[in-house]
Amino acid sequence: MKVIYILWLRELRRYSRSRAQLIASLGQPLMYLLALGFGLGPVFQKAGQGSYLQFVAPGVIAMTILFSSVFSGIGLLWDRQFGFLKETLVAPVPRIQVMLGRTLGAATVAVLQGCLVTIVCFIAGFRFTHLALSPLALVFMLLIACLFAALGTAIGSMLQNMQGFQLIMNFLVMPIFFLSGALFPLNGLPKVLGFITSLDPLAYGVDGLRSALLARAHFGMAIDVAVLVGVTIVLLIIGSRLFARIQA
Amino acid sequence: MIEVQNLTKKFGDFTAVDAISFDVAGGEIFAFLGPNGAGKTTTIKMLTTLLTPTSGTLRIDGLDVSRNPNEVRKRFGIVFQDPSLDGDLTAWENMELHGIFYHMPRKLRIERTEQLLKLFELWERRKEQVKLFSGGMKRRLEIARGLLHTPKILFLDEPTLGLDPQTRNQLWIHVKHLNQTEGVTVFLTTHYMDEADRVAQRIAVIDHGKIVAQGSPNELKRQTETESLEEAFLALTGSTIRDESANVSADQMRAMARMWGNRR
Repeated sequence: MKVIYILWLRELRRYSRSRAQLIASLGQPLMYLLALGFGLGPVFQKAGQGSYLQFVAPGVIAMTILFSSVFSGIGLLWDRQFGFLKETLVAPVPRIQVMLGRTLGAATVAVLQGCLVTIVCFIAGFRFTHLALSPLALVFMLLIACLFAALGTAIGSMLQNMQGFQLIMNFLVMPIFFLSGALFPLNGLPKVLGFITSLDPLAYGVDGLRSALLARAHFGMAIDVAVLVGVTIVLLIIGSRLFARIQA
Repeated sequence: MIEVQNLTKKFGDFTAVDAISFDVAGGEIFAFLGPNGAGKTTTIKMLTTLLTPTSGTLRIDGLDVSRNPNEVRKRFGIVFQDPSLDGDLTAWENMELHGIFYHMPRKLRIERTEQLLKLFELWERRKEQVKLFSGGMKRRLEIARGLLHTPKILFLDEPTLGLDPQTRNQLWIHVKHLNQTEGVTVFLTTHYMDEADRVAQRIAVIDHGKIVAQGSPNELKRQTETESLEEAFLALTGSTIRDESANVSADQMRAMARMWGNRR
């Protein structure tokens, strides 16, 4: 337990010390929120869907958590290059504990980041429609964060260098974001696209967040929770296998 | 304490370590010498559970390394050849993490951290992030960290690389002291032959993945009919210079990190 705790604390310490990165990482969500939120607002309104800013805010929060958690998970790659990974690998600690500590730390950082963006959304004019449901939003943030931190750790265990990282960004993380319904409603999509989005775990996270914040559900909260928890467990199992096999 | 038999490691077609065998007795200081790329670090990585051997057997304290990696890990400490600190954490935090990894009781961990940071003259800077340290300071911290828990076996992979003579001297005094008072077995590699001559009781020379000679420093000198260990080493391994391939990808990532303002 102590090992998990100290590795979790390590992620938080690192996060709190990289202020430049903290601020830089708010830039992208802000851009989506302002440019798309206000830019597409009139069209969305005309289509009879209400305020786009309201609609897209949960998507932007989910996006922040996705990027933040995958990044910190992949931080493993940096540890490998800068050598710290070796220190953890020769320690007499079951690797599953090392992996869990890192993953939980990455997830916590991502949730903090998500909360920051939620505040930014508020400043931009976003409002909860059902205040009573808002604590559930925190639960969904945590679920999304755990899922993608586990994915990040699994990927980080396989990657050897930065080139592979670019590949993952372009062919995995970006599609996960764009196909999640963070930016557009999932109802009435063409069949193929609708099917693909239903395979995207983030779609359930975004749906859960929207259910909690706006009482606007596509799959329904119960399904959202079940899928997110299920996929997280599978990814943790795969991740711990991959992590256990790392050689330095 | 360390028993190695027919240990082999292949990377594709390249045989980095070729069927080597040696034993290190408990309480011994054993030096493993060889030119760059001879297979020293690969051997240490296999001994310390970081790499799985292609074939051969490895026993540490009677335990099979590939079968009981965690039990084996409890028994050794290591100072790596290349950096393995977390630059974002402070010196103190790096030590704290290590102590917790090795299940040290809190009180002992704090006492020894203070003692070692003072010994290696890092105490005043303990609250600073390690990325702000000079190369020599980082090296000293790595060594202090490797000595934090008192292991049965201490692996030192070129520990004195880039250290000034004062710190080198301090390190070897401390290592010898540990060896004498606590019976710690020491397995070291170094390029400084005078160090090996001074501290090691037994030496193995490895070249092109094979052990070419084994014995005490004096035996090696007698065998090669030379005056110093340096001459004996050159007689055994020849005088051609070896190249190691550069780690391009790590350099690239360091450049990236600098771009993002993370000095490491």
